[in-house]
Parts: sequence; structure tokens; C-alpha cells
Amino acid sequence: MPKTKLPGLKSWGHAPALAWTLLFFVLPLIAMLVMSFSARIDGKIELTWTLDNYRAFLTRADGTFVGALWNSIEVTVITTIVSVLVAYPLAYILAYKIPKQWQRFALVLTVLPFWTSYVVRSYSWLLVLSENGIINQFLLWSGILDTPVGMGNSRFATVLGFVHFFAMLLTLTIYANLVQIKESYRKAAADLGANGFQAFWHITLPLSLPGVAVGAFLTFVLAIGDYITPQILGGSKEMLLPQAVMLQIGRQADFPLASALSMILMLVITAAFLVFAKRLKMERV
Amino acid sequence: MIGSMGRHMISRRRALQAGAGALASLSFMPKGARAADELNLLVWCDHTGAALLDPFAEKHGIKINTKEYDLPGVAYSILEQSQPGDWDVFVADTGDIMSAVAKGYLGELPDAEMPWADIFPELKQPDSHYKDGKLYAVPEKFGYNTIAFNNTKVSQEEARQAKVMWDPKYAGRIAIYDYYIPTMEMVAIALGIKPQEITKMHLPAIKEKLVEMKKLSSLVGDVPTTQNALVTGSADIIVGGGEFAVAGLMADKPELDWVLPNEGGVRWSQSIGIFKDSTKRDLAIEFVKYIVSPEGQGRLATADCYWAMPSNSKANLDDAQKKRLRWDQQPEFIAKSYPYFFGDAELDAAMQEVWTEVLGA
Repeated sequence: MPKTKLPGLKSWGHAPALAWTLLFFVLPLIAMLVMSFSARIDGKIELTWTLDNYRAFLTRADGTFVGALWNSIEVTVITTIVSVLVAYPLAYILAYKIPKQWQRFALVLTVLPFWTSYVVRSYSWLLVLSENGIINQFLLWSGILDTPVGMGNSRFATVLGFVHFFAMLLTLTIYANLVQIKESYRKAAADLGANGFQAFWHITLPLSLPGVAVGAFLTFVLAIGDYITPQILGGSKEMLLPQAVMLQIGRQADFPLASALSMILMLVITAAFLVFAKRLKMERV
Repeated sequence: MIGSMGRHMISRRRALQAGAGALASLSFMPKGARAADELNLLVWCDHTGAALLDPFAEKHGIKINTKEYDLPGVAYSILEQSQPGDWDVFVADTGDIMSAVAKGYLGELPDAEMPWADIFPELKQPDSHYKDGKLYAVPEKFGYNTIAFNNTKVSQEEARQAKVMWDPKYAGRIAIYDYYIPTMEMVAIALGIKPQEITKMHLPAIKEKLVEMKKLSSLVGDVPTTQNALVTGSADIIVGGGEFAVAGLMADKPELDWVLPNEGGVRWSQSIGIFKDSTKRDLAIEFVKYIVSPEGQGRLATADCYWAMPSNSKANLDDAQKKRLRWDQQPEFIAKSYPYFFGDAELDAAMQEVWTEVLGA
């Protein structure tokens, strides 16, 4: 009978997803956790169940690691906020202002930059922002500037590179949420006397927050763990935690310390998830 | 050695490889690793081009598989998780050869079959290539961590003085190469400390100078990033740059240049050896002999990934290539430069700690 077989079928249906998660997330995470309690002794990694790597985060390199974490959080929060501010209007226009028959095409145009390599995009920004780049060339040509201004190799450049990437991602998640909101809600608000802004503020915006939350969380997670963008665009003017992780792996292959720093990054991401999930009811998306 | 953090073109894939070393074995396994007609190389990026590999592959009727790595730690992660016989040829920084020997990776090379008479004497470095009288690797390519510059903005006379590294005149115009060993050793040389004499006692002075340099710099970055800064005008000087950063670009960008300061610079070198467990030992040895031959050396020196000096003084180079490599100045540059100094584990860790502090400053 279907009723008796259904629960079994249902659990087996979850098996591939569970196996995938176990194999490619849980096991690597456990491996990294165990590694973080190990030590490098005479160039070899030995499991000693030590907390030294976590102490090193707090005490080593004149507080550089703690500073790197704060830098990472600051850059990520700025990136997330700016990306939301850029993506929301774009998603709104896509969902409500573009005729339905053109929406798919407009979406493709929106995500077109995704099709280029992440590294190529970052280096392209470096070219655009450089002293000989198109922005400086225009400012010099128009007489706004007398001498070129270096805009690359800075936190500004890092955030710009991030926003360029993540605004696309956020646009997709917010758009997906906006198009699910029934038009009748806004019509009902209008019937009750709400103007366009009031309808947006009291109806559309609250109902679209889950989409914003999902996109913002993805942005936060991906940005805080990213090594490439700050490495290429930031010019190491400030150190972010993923760069500190890579520094440990570099010549010394200090995987235990790198793992501990990564676990700390993981804790921050977990905290962010709890905040996003609790405040914005992500399960509704 | 150009450097563990900079030899590579950064890519997300490579960064992930480095970060996931413990999980690397499956993806790092060379395709067709055990096929008899294939040679598997674990190498730097300058050994992956068709111009270098095809002549050997065609001559021997084989396929050459290459696995490019960019960090010594990554290379060891690959090796630790490979099966004996997976790899045939290894290219590494000369300073890392004895470490690979100690770990039991490298096999003996036939000493008498190597062109020692043509290899620059200063590169022979027996302590880095021989153990218990057995040869384990041969020097194949070298260059300098020195000053690369835009010769329309910086005169060669200025570039030949080490103090250009912290000259306020170039505030915001200096890119610093981000590999701590050569950069710290360059600063040490400028401060009158020979690299091999660096002790923990010297590190505070080196750090102070590095912090001063960082404040004046436009960026601290790897080879492609600093290269890019020089090419796009974001910087006029690369501290720690050298022929590897600009020689390959000089045909199109004649304003790019490099020189060794009068005080000296750091000389990097890489060496080639074969794996002890290679199942194609004879072929691997033939490949090593090809690489250190005048023909192979000319191609290796001008590899697309980066140019640098061939170890064999009789390498096939034309006049234009020699000019870009400042070939006629090599006797002077070699005499004035110091080979990379790798301190013991304690000093190395202390140097990395200082470098981390500088980056965080």
C-alpha cells in the first residue's frame, strides 16, 4: 500500500542529499576540525589535541590575526549592505517594471557577468581603476582631475569587486521572491488608500525580506571566505582572514594553524546564519 | 625561486587546491599516471608549455602530463597523497631539494651525464644537490629578486641603489612582492646584512624598514599583481621583482626594465630531479638531460609563464633574448647576488611571523 511505503521511500529519497552532505561537507569539516587541534612537529603534522592554534589566533603576530578577522567582518558587512542597496532596485525593476515577455532576457543580461571568469573580472577591475584606467582617463579628459588617482589596491576596490559579483546574486534571489508576491496584495493596499510608496513599504518590502535575507546570507558567506578578490584588488593594504589562512599554507604548510583560522571563520559564518535565520525567517523562502 | 606565493597566476581553482590540500589526492592524480608511454611531471608553470615539451615528446613518441603547483606546501600535499610511481620528474626551488631528498622522494641522477662544465659555477651548490656523494637534482634556471622598474619614470642609476626601495620620492609608486623570504632578504642586504647571516636579532630592524616601505607602497602582491601594477602605471617599481616579472613583456613594453642594485640582490634558482619511485627512470633522466641541454635551456629560459636565466651558460638564446635577460651582465650580477637563504625552522617561523605583522600593520 502506498501509505505504508511512502515514509520509507521518502527517507530513501533524502539519501543522496544526505550522502552528498556527509561526504563533501561533514567529513571535510571534521577533518579540518581535527587538523586544527594538531601541531607541526619537526615539519610533520601530529594530532596532539592542542589548543595552541586557537591561542595563536589571539596572541600571535602582534594581534594581526584578530585584526584580520575584524577587517574581514567589516569588509563583508559593507559589501553585503551595498550589494543589497544595489540589487534591490534592480530586482524590483526586473519584477515589476519590465514587461513579462522581456523579463527573461533582462535576467540573462543581469547575470551575464557571471559568465566571465572570477579572476578575469577582478583583474579587469584593477585595469579599470588603475592610474591609466578608463575612469582616470575620463576624469583627466574632462578636467575634473589634474593628476590620476589610484583607486585600485584598496578596500574600496575590494568592496567594488565584491559588489559587482554579489549584486548579481542578490538580484536573482530578490527577484525570485518579488515575483512570488501576489499582485492582489498591492491592489488591495491601493483599494484601501495606500499610495505606491506605502504599498511598497508595508506590503512588498516585508514580503520580500526573506529573499533579501537569503541573498544577503549567501553574500556574507561567500565574501567573508573569499581570498581572490582582496588579494587581487586589495593590494594587501590590509589583511583579511582568508589571506592569513593562505599565508600559513604557503611555504610552511602549517595546515593546523590554517585549519584553526578557518574554523574561526566558520564560527563567524555560523553566527551570521543564526542571526539571518532568526531575524528574517529564512524558512519562508 | 620566484616564490611560493607569487610564481602562480592566481585562480580560484588554484586557491582552492592550496586550501584543500588534505583532500587533494584525487584531483592531483595525473591522468594516465601509470601508462608506459607517458611521463608525469610535477613542476612549476614554466615547464608546462608546448614549446618546451613537444620537441621531447615527439622525439620519444610519448605523451607528457604536467601538474603545475605554486606552493611548496601544495607540492608536498600532492606527493603525500600520491601512489609510488605516480610521478616521474620534479622541479622545485633549489633550497627545497634536500628537504625532498630527506622525505625520500627523489632518486639518484647520473652525475657524469650532466653538463656541469657549462653550468654557472655559483649555481652548482653541492650542498643543495648532493647527499652522501649522490646527485639528486640539477640546477636548471635562475634569476633575481631585485628591482624591476619603469625606465621612463625611474632612472637606472636610481634603481641600482637599494635605498630606492624606501625613497619617499616614489611614495605610492612602489609595489612590493609578497613572498617574505626574498623581500626580507633584500631589505637585509640593503641594511648591510648578508642573507645567510640573518638571525632573529636582526628581525626588528628588518621589520621596521618593511613597515616604512609598506607605508610608501601602492600595494603588496604576488607576481601577476605587481606585474599588473607596473604595466598599468599603478606602480613604477617592483621591490623583489626581476627578470621573471618583466623580461617576457619587454618586447611589447620596452619601458619595463630590471636591474640588480649595487648593494646586491637575492638570487633564486630552481632545480630538476627524478622521483625515486618513477617507473620510467630512464625516460625521466633523458628528460632532465633535455632540460639542461642548450636546446632545452633556451626554451625554458623564455617560457611563456616567466622568463629567467638558464643555468647552462651555453643555452640557445638569440641576441634579443640575451638583451632582455641582461645576459652579458650575469658575471657581475651573480657575483653580487646571494642565493636564497632558508633559515632553520625556528628562524623561518620567526621571519614569517614578522612578515605577517608587517602585512597587518
